[in-house]
Amino acid sequence: MAVAIKQPGLARGALGFIVGSAFGFGLVVALRAISGLEIFQTEQTGYPHLVVPAITGPLGFLVGLGAFDYWFRWAAGRPTIPEDHSQHGAKSWRDYFKFNTDHKVIGIQYIVTTFFFFLVGGLIAMLIRAELAQPGTQIVDPGVYNGLFSTHAAIMIFVFVIPVFAGIANYVLPLMIGAPDMAFPRLNALSFWMLPIAGILFLSSFLVPGGAFDAGWTGYAPLSTGAPLGQSFFNLGVQFAGASSVATALNFLVTIVTMRAPGMTFWRMPLLVWANLSTSLLVVAATPFIAGVQFMVLFDRVLHTNFFQAAFGGDVLSYQHIFWFYSHPAVYIMMLPGFGIISEVISTHARKPIFGYRLMALALIGIVVLSYTVWAHHMFVSGMFAWLRVPMMITTLLIAVPTGIKIFSWLATLFNSVLHLRSTAMLFALGFVTTFTIGGISGVMLGMVPIDIHVSDTYFIVAHIHFVLFGGSVFTIFAGIYHWFPKMTGRMYDEKLGRVHFYLTLVGMLGTFIPMHWVGMEGMPRRVADYAAQFGDWNLMISISSFLLGIAQLVFLYNMIVSWKWGPRATANPWRAKTIEWQVSSPPPIFNFDEIPRVVGGPYEFGVPGARHAIMGGEEAEVRKPEPAVVGAAGGGGGGSPGERGGP
Amino acid sequence: MLALTVVGSVVLVQFDWFGDAASEEAPPIDTLFDVMVVLSTFVFSIVMVMFGYAIWKFRARPGDESDGAPIHGNTKLEIAWTVIPTIIVLFGAGYSWIVLDDIEARADDAMPLKVTAQQFKWTFEYPEADGLRSDELHVPVDRQLDVQLEALDVVHSFWVPEWRIKRDLVPAGEGGDEIDDEFVVTPNEEGTFSLVCTELCGLGHTTMRATVVVESQEEFDQWLDDQAQAEAGAGGGSSAAGGT
Repeated sequence: MAVAIKQPGLARGALGFIVGSAFGFGLVVALRAISGLEIFQTEQTGYPHLVVPAITGPLGFLVGLGAFDYWFRWAAGRPTIPEDHSQHGAKSWRDYFKFNTDHKVIGIQYIVTTFFFFLVGGLIAMLIRAELAQPGTQIVDPGVYNGLFSTHAAIMIFVFVIPVFAGIANYVLPLMIGAPDMAFPRLNALSFWMLPIAGILFLSSFLVPGGAFDAGWTGYAPLSTGAPLGQSFFNLGVQFAGASSVATALNFLVTIVTMRAPGMTFWRMPLLVWANLSTSLLVVAATPFIAGVQFMVLFDRVLHTNFFQAAFGGDVLSYQHIFWFYSHPAVYIMMLPGFGIISEVISTHARKPIFGYRLMALALIGIVVLSYTVWAHHMFVSGMFAWLRVPMMITTLLIAVPTGIKIFSWLATLFNSVLHLRSTAMLFALGFVTTFTIGGISGVMLGMVPIDIHVSDTYFIVAHIHFVLFGGSVFTIFAGIYHWFPKMTGRMYDEKLGRVHFYLTLVGMLGTFIPMHWVGMEGMPRRVADYAAQFGDWNLMISISSFLLGIAQLVFLYNMIVSWKWGPRATANPWRAKTIEWQVSSPPPIFNFDEIPRVVGGPYEFGVPGARHAIMGGEEAEVRKPEPAVVGAAGGGGGGSPGERGGP
Repeated sequence: MLALTVVGSVVLVQFDWFGDAASEEAPPIDTLFDVMVVLSTFVFSIVMVMFGYAIWKFRARPGDESDGAPIHGNTKLEIAWTVIPTIIVLFGAGYSWIVLDDIEARADDAMPLKVTAQQFKWTFEYPEADGLRSDELHVPVDRQLDVQLEALDVVHSFWVPEWRIKRDLVPAGEGGDEIDDEFVVTPNEEGTFSLVCTELCGLGHTTMRATVVVESQEEFDQWLDDQAQAEAGAGGGSSAAGGT
């Protein structure tokens, strides 16, 4: 035991948590005692003796875990080992519970952790639907209900959808660009370990006086500034999740810009890399806004500042402006990496180059730029400056154009393809194109001010966001997990169970979220524990479908666990894909490549005779340039054989 | 594909999406929505028919390990699917702008009405009736309402689904000048409706409702008289009798 405490790891982390919490608690008590204040301030929003330990405890945990050991050693002037790989790679399952600098280990850590929170968030959704199955109050009272939908959304957004993409990209992206690891492996590990802290903070708010935060995931002031203690745990959880994603995004940016293999020009990068480049640009610039605005709410609550207290000159609407300036780009943070996954999956399982590769990449950049100009479409009925509505409507509708380009390009990619429909990854990709198109269309309608005035804050919105975030993001996540499962685990999953999972999920998803459009338009507001009797039948159907959706995920869980343990061994490249991650063993060697590969062509040269994407180290194969006839067949500027023209 | 689009559009437009309409603002909004349903059905049908065709036609036979045709793009096609959607959405934006101006046009004879929201209660004040206050909203039919909003604690939202109009009530304080706290609506159907709070406002959000009665001018005047008398009878009490 004594040894365990001295070594970096979970045991020392737990000790660090206790020490950190005790320090924070003692600091507050001491300062308040010295200042002659009442020591335990327990007015509704205060509780500094609990809020401060909720910051210092997790920091203590990170120190104890070993996240800062290297930097402390360096700062103290003690010798550091430049090529110290003692924390790199996993030899047994125990290494997954340690501070590990291997991007492949971190990727798995991310994915498993986020799927744990996906199940928790899903169980909360089941509770919500159980309550809403019938009019009236049956299972939970309205106070608890408000806590349930708030935590459901916070968990799904901040500790599932956003970070699971970071996890998938963490595993796949360095392999794809031919890099031995991420640019900053220790920062990468620190980013991961902040994530469970965020999730635990969200969940632990159920245990504090006043219950879980219940002002919605949007946490509008002044409802949130006056809410019970749980709200502070939301404010802090967002800080840890936000810091985690900003650090990861910086890491991706530097990795993509500086660590591409020789020959990997920007126009030879797979679209997943383009997608994560775009996403990271959004994260680094937008996430500080939500971090800032949650700090402002926390300061209003604990330090009695007046950012959002109208009676003291605060500005209530500014909360919404700052919040949505992050949270609209956040929708694309939750969607662009999925676009990248879908491009990889469709190209590989349809055996075709992506149609219009360059326009696909440019559309991503177009979305990044436009997404900063549309935030106030969440505020058409908020009472903001009325004139702002029309310009925001126009930019909002225009963002449908680059999004449409992506849908049409995937569609065109399917033509003259050899489409492998029995692959679960492909099924989820095709399902995504359908459901996301519906979500996109309802989004265009919502962008129109007169329609939005009617359906804003109704179940129509709930339907729309779930079509985009479940039919969109979650479908792409499943497609990505199935696609790279052999690479990550070295095992094949059961395709038959995968198909069962897909069809149950699709039916459950449509049955749950399509009727929500109707009940919303006919007058059912969102975020209510009870509703008018006229909506009873539809809600019962929605609830039954949602339970089907929940059960379907158990099939997924069973398939993943059993296949990981007992599935047949995977070959290096079971899908016969062209990108670099498939050219190494499954799972890849500890440092990815013995010799850095050399990139000689575009990433999706299916059907092009003799075309290669990359030549692996030590490979004696003769390099043959794609034949000129092929470039001619490309039909002009749409894509060409991307690698052959133009550099970065 | 065309046939599918026509059938789909006709079916979807017949569908009673919104439920009852009871204001002059509702028909233009409903028409805008119907136009969008037709356009959306058109786009969705194109995508789905192409999609279904591709899946059916190009699905791999078991054991087929060949690759598809190495087509990298087609510039004309790509320009087309950039430009055409741009035209469609700009048309939608222009049309929406016209509808927005239409539903926010002010009439000269609008009746002022003051709406105050607090956790978890609505109060309605009638400046033309010497500031008479009520917990139940009574309004005359076919006369534009000039609604002034005020929130006392947190953000609430005013919505009568049949009127199609919604607006948040924001606790403003000194910065209140910058908040757009006024809207117009013209109820044109008599009947009893429900006013729903649509912005999460706390524990009682679910039950924060008020009854809305739209009645003829005579009935409305009669109601005002009754309320004024009841208030006088109660010694000028704070809220109207029968309201709570």
